[in-house]
Amino acid sequence: MNKTLNHKAWFLVLPVFALVAFSAVVPLMTVVNYSVQDTFGNNQFFWNGVGWFAELLDPSRELGGRFFDALWRTLLFSAIILAIEIPLGIAVALAMPREGWTVALCLVLMALPLLIPWNVVGTIWQVFARGDIGLLGWVVNHLGIDYNYTGHSLDAWVTIIVMDVWHWTSLVALLCYAGLKSIPDAYYQAARIDGASRWAVFRTIQLPKMRRVLLIAVLLRFMDSFMIYTEPFVLTGGGPGNATTFLSIDLVKLALGQFDLGKAAAMSIVYNLIILAICWVFYTVMTNVDADRERVEA
Amino acid sequence: MTLVLDNVSKKVGAETHIRDVSLTLTRGSLNVLLGATLAGKTSLMRLMAGLDAPTTGHVLVDGQDVTGWPVQRRSVAMVYQQFINYPSLTVYENIASPLRVAGLRSDEIAARVKDAARLLKLEPYLDRKPLNLSGGQQQRTAIARALVKRADLVLLDEPLANLDYKLREELREELPRVFAASGAIFVYATTEPSEALLLGGNTATLFEGRVTQFGPTPQVYRRPQDLVTARVFSDPPLNTLTAQKSGGTVTLGTGGQVPARGVFADVPDGSYTVGFRAHHLGLEASGAPDAIHLPATVSVAEITGSESYVHLDVGDRRFVALVPGVKRLEPGAVVTAWLDPRHLFLFDETGRLAAADLARAA
Amino acid sequence: MARITLDHLAHAYKPDPRGPQDYALKEINHVWDQGGAYALLGPSGCGKTTLLNIISGLVHPTRGRIRFDERDVTELSTEARNIAQVFQFPVVYDTMSVRENLAFPLKNRGVPRDRTAARVEEIAHLLDLTRVLDRKARNLTADMKQKISLGRGLVRPDVAAILFDEPLTVIDPHLKWQLRSTLKEIHRALDITMIYVTHDQTEALTFADKVVVMHDGAVVQTGTPEELFERPAHTFVGHFIGSPGMNILPCRVDGATAYIENEPVSLTRAYRTLPQGQRIELGIRPEFVRLQERGDGLPVRVRRIDDIGRARIARVELAGNALAASVPETFAIDGDEAALAFDPRHVHIYADGHLVAGEPAR
Repeated sequence: MNKTLNHKAWFLVLPVFALVAFSAVVPLMTVVNYSVQDTFGNNQFFWNGVGWFAELLDPSRELGGRFFDALWRTLLFSAIILAIEIPLGIAVALAMPREGWTVALCLVLMALPLLIPWNVVGTIWQVFARGDIGLLGWVVNHLGIDYNYTGHSLDAWVTIIVMDVWHWTSLVALLCYAGLKSIPDAYYQAARIDGASRWAVFRTIQLPKMRRVLLIAVLLRFMDSFMIYTEPFVLTGGGPGNATTFLSIDLVKLALGQFDLGKAAAMSIVYNLIILAICWVFYTVMTNVDADRERVEA
Repeated sequence: MTLVLDNVSKKVGAETHIRDVSLTLTRGSLNVLLGATLAGKTSLMRLMAGLDAPTTGHVLVDGQDVTGWPVQRRSVAMVYQQFINYPSLTVYENIASPLRVAGLRSDEIAARVKDAARLLKLEPYLDRKPLNLSGGQQQRTAIARALVKRADLVLLDEPLANLDYKLREELREELPRVFAASGAIFVYATTEPSEALLLGGNTATLFEGRVTQFGPTPQVYRRPQDLVTARVFSDPPLNTLTAQKSGGTVTLGTGGQVPARGVFADVPDGSYTVGFRAHHLGLEASGAPDAIHLPATVSVAEITGSESYVHLDVGDRRFVALVPGVKRLEPGAVVTAWLDPRHLFLFDETGRLAAADLARAA
Repeated sequence: MARITLDHLAHAYKPDPRGPQDYALKEINHVWDQGGAYALLGPSGCGKTTLLNIISGLVHPTRGRIRFDERDVTELSTEARNIAQVFQFPVVYDTMSVRENLAFPLKNRGVPRDRTAARVEEIAHLLDLTRVLDRKARNLTADMKQKISLGRGLVRPDVAAILFDEPLTVIDPHLKWQLRSTLKEIHRALDITMIYVTHDQTEALTFADKVVVMHDGAVVQTGTPEELFERPAHTFVGHFIGSPGMNILPCRVDGATAYIENEPVSLTRAYRTLPQGQRIELGIRPEFVRLQERGDGLPVRVRRIDDIGRARIARVELAGNALAASVPETFAIDGDEAALAFDPRHVHIYADGHLVAGEPAR
């Protein structure tokens, strides 16, 4: 469709360009501007070159140390989230009914957590997991387990992970469910006739056919978890100590808590580049899958 | 109106979808695009409609260059292989939809919808929703919607492919009448030679993005300019064998020599590809005086009740013969097939037609 | 290997069927012999797919039993029935090579690796897939994929029957020929019961030794292609088999003479006791109608002559009834008046759609 020669189309795109420039490019430039300067307030700025970046990327310096700590923490968090949510989402999708009135019920139930705002999720779990008045915390404590997410790092981590799993697994499940629904019945019938086991059906039909939605699910969940801020901030505020201070939380602490705008700007640029790099890797993988498919169909 | 494609090519990336196509389609004509899947039928239709612009070449409507004009500025209607209707609208509203978009008065709409419905035998179903109709009726609705617009160019992309055999037969018989009643240029894509023959009109044979021949359908069928066209326009597939003419004798690629009679009589010495359709390969005692006899082994005999398709191995070639009546032949049976040397196509080494079926040359 | 017996089989999709109108498949009793090639032929919605699904075990019948040889399999699951199925759209395991695809059913059944490998080679050779064995299955064309689907059924030495559900739908016309003759050859080579579901009469008739014609949930005739062609037991069969189908004309019968309006047609059989109050019709196939420019016969008006390539079909009108007649390739007439003659041995009389036997006329 895009082959028709018609330059009018560019005018239609113009508003979007303007909007993107205003909402993304201008602030980004401001950040770049901050990242190469130092300030002591009063709107006085001093040129600092790549100083902040050098400090940030050197683990032996104070800034570098806390940056890499937060980075590894965030990467670990994302890895754990993916390792739990993707298989769990697939499992839930597989367990969902294919037809009947239960389908609608399941879909609504699944969509519920997705509709709750992030900070509300944080608040819900903050209360839910408290040892004194929270149902979860109280039950766990009464089972004889010493559980206190404000006191123990491990407990804080477990709570945040469980919260994220509760909040986002349905997204993965819904995506996978859509992928599963698109597989024609004939495949299942053929597999039954071929005597395939349940596991073989999964491995040879369902998994390959879900590959593309899974890539999207992995991408979305990675991005989201890598940038997670609100829920852990509400739940633990990054504590106990720095145990749950992810990159985003650390960045806010740096920028708004300590008002180190230069350092924070440098960090956010590096943060941004990391996300872009990982996105690019995913994008390449996905387009390779597509190109592969096109070759097949040609 | 007249639609002219002037040396049109379409490349997508490194692939050429359409290669130097020149066609002139006139008002009130029915034009069949015949070719296998991926031969370029849909690509060509998209160029005609203005959904795609050609990489090189021009599209002219009534002499005016419309290359690059978007589809909205042209007077085009399209019918697809899938039955595309608005599921929530009645048949009446479906047919009326392009007229409502065009802002016609409602009495004018009612008159036009009624006309189209009568032509396509949809009158009893006007109040139904498309999903409560059979596939044939759904596709009739889509065709009616395309007709009611009174577009100058109506493109039908394998419109009957998803229908049952008998429904297809029925619609195939009706369509030429429906088309004749309209004044538009019709372009109809199909993979089936028999459909092209039934529809009549003109046929353009497509192969790998090229139009190999364009002309009145029976003429293209009976006098294909080259081997490729003959192959595209044969179902069952065209039987071929090689032959070497030298003086008064012809040496066949399957072994054996025959005197140079029939189509062989007037061609110069050299190598040829002999092409013949299934119904010209006989099995019963030959009625032709100079028949070429070929020793053959039966591979499979398929009986349709009125006719039999016999698959034969002749030397290293596999031929299909269509013979009248029921021929029960055991696989492996040795038979003698025969060809009337007048009813053959001869193609030279470049694939051009050198001599054709003398009895019915157009 | 098995003989398949359908014993008082019927199926309704509604839970509580009352009258025959609730049944998608009306009661059927049938025995399919071991090693036969059968076709289930009928338009969409005639119940043929329901029957196929009952045989394969995907649908549990409302009533009746189904037996493979003496074994009652009505309650058995699909995988326990030893059947194989080829679907309308090719099913291959995308991530596997052709070899792995073919080996898959054996691997699932725990067949030793060396025996699997040998069997896969054997079947690949039979299906002419040897040279693509190590390619990824999804990179192949639709006809190759259908062969792989078939191959997965054939590798199993215990397979009782192979079911085909419109397997040539997505295959290009010229490849259909090859694939169909491959099917025939395999059927002959392996002596497996094959059941082929289609709406395409040519496919059904060319594939099967016996064709089961279904209409509106019931079997209307079972017979060889010749029987269906020459003695249709029902006007539906006459109409559905053959292209164009049988001419069906309302008539009045008096002894051994039928009257179409007031034109007499002599018959070879006499019908003395035709049921009262039923619709009486005469059926004659276009192939048995002779059209002459003048001379003895029924006076008709020629509407048009369709060229279908290997033959011509004349569309004529006899006393207000439309009729088709096969005419030779060279047929031509001046004006539109002609005379029609029926081959009396092929004229059939139907009462309310059902063939009436009559008795030989003296």
